[in-house]
Amino acid sequence: MSKENEVELARRLMRGEAAAFEPFLELFRGKVFQYALLMCGQREDAEEVAQEALLKVFQNFDQLREPERVRPWVLRIARNACYMKRRKSVFAPEEEISLDALLPEFQQNGGQRRLEIADWSALPDSQVLQGELREALDRAIRELPEIYRSVILLRDVEELSGEEAAEVLDVSLDVVKTRLHRARLMVRKKLDAYLRRVQKG
Amino acid sequence: MPDCKEVFALLSQYIDHELPDGLCEEMERHIAGCAPCVEFVESLRRTVALCHQFRAEDRPGPLPASVQQELLSAYRQMLAARGPL
Repeated sequence: MSKENEVELARRLMRGEAAAFEPFLELFRGKVFQYALLMCGQREDAEEVAQEALLKVFQNFDQLREPERVRPWVLRIARNACYMKRRKSVFAPEEEISLDALLPEFQQNGGQRRLEIADWSALPDSQVLQGELREALDRAIRELPEIYRSVILLRDVEELSGEEAAEVLDVSLDVVKTRLHRARLMVRKKLDAYLRRVQKG
Repeated sequence: MPDCKEVFALLSQYIDHELPDGLCEEMERHIAGCAPCVEFVESLRRTVALCHQFRAEDRPGPLPASVQQELLSAYRQMLAARGPL
């Protein structure tokens, strides 16, 4: 569903139109569940987090000042619900990965430096994400350290702006940019490894 | 003009059109003359395009009627507490 539609649903809910309740719930339950699933990893946790988050969403709906920002507003509540869940388990603090560790590898071919890279141009422009490629991307995202996973989910999967993602995660815009770049590089590297395997036959 | 490593560091901002015009043009000039960078930029662009399409395969299970009722009550209570707009 487009952003315009979800903003319209939020406006109607704010006006008290109960008919907007079900479509709004249906739409955002999917989004909150997906975010929670990819952040917590467990289906049961994700269901629980989604329920807690949605309860907060409806209890506090009058605090959504700008319906245009309903997506980041809901995702922020989801992020907080995930965080509460995570706090109950132990997790190590994560450090930023250096860019050097993500530099592509070169191979010397006579006098020419070539990248060791799959043939990405073999993927058609209209490549639909399905099958093994979808699974490879799913794995790549799930394997990202949490601080990178949360950023790529918000920026590239949910397509929030940098400012919106910064607000959801309580970090600066520069931190979002730094982490997004590293997250994309890590995902790219894994997809590249997958493509090379496939292309070698 | 930036070298490969500098280009590499700024690529996400480059493909997101977040760089100042001058720097963006310098990046373009470098990339235009550097085959490995052309290839790499393309692979990163395609990665982002695939992420745009990504949806987790697992979907939430059916919502129990009692939970839906609880959420609807929360919405109605919020409306009642808020009063008319």
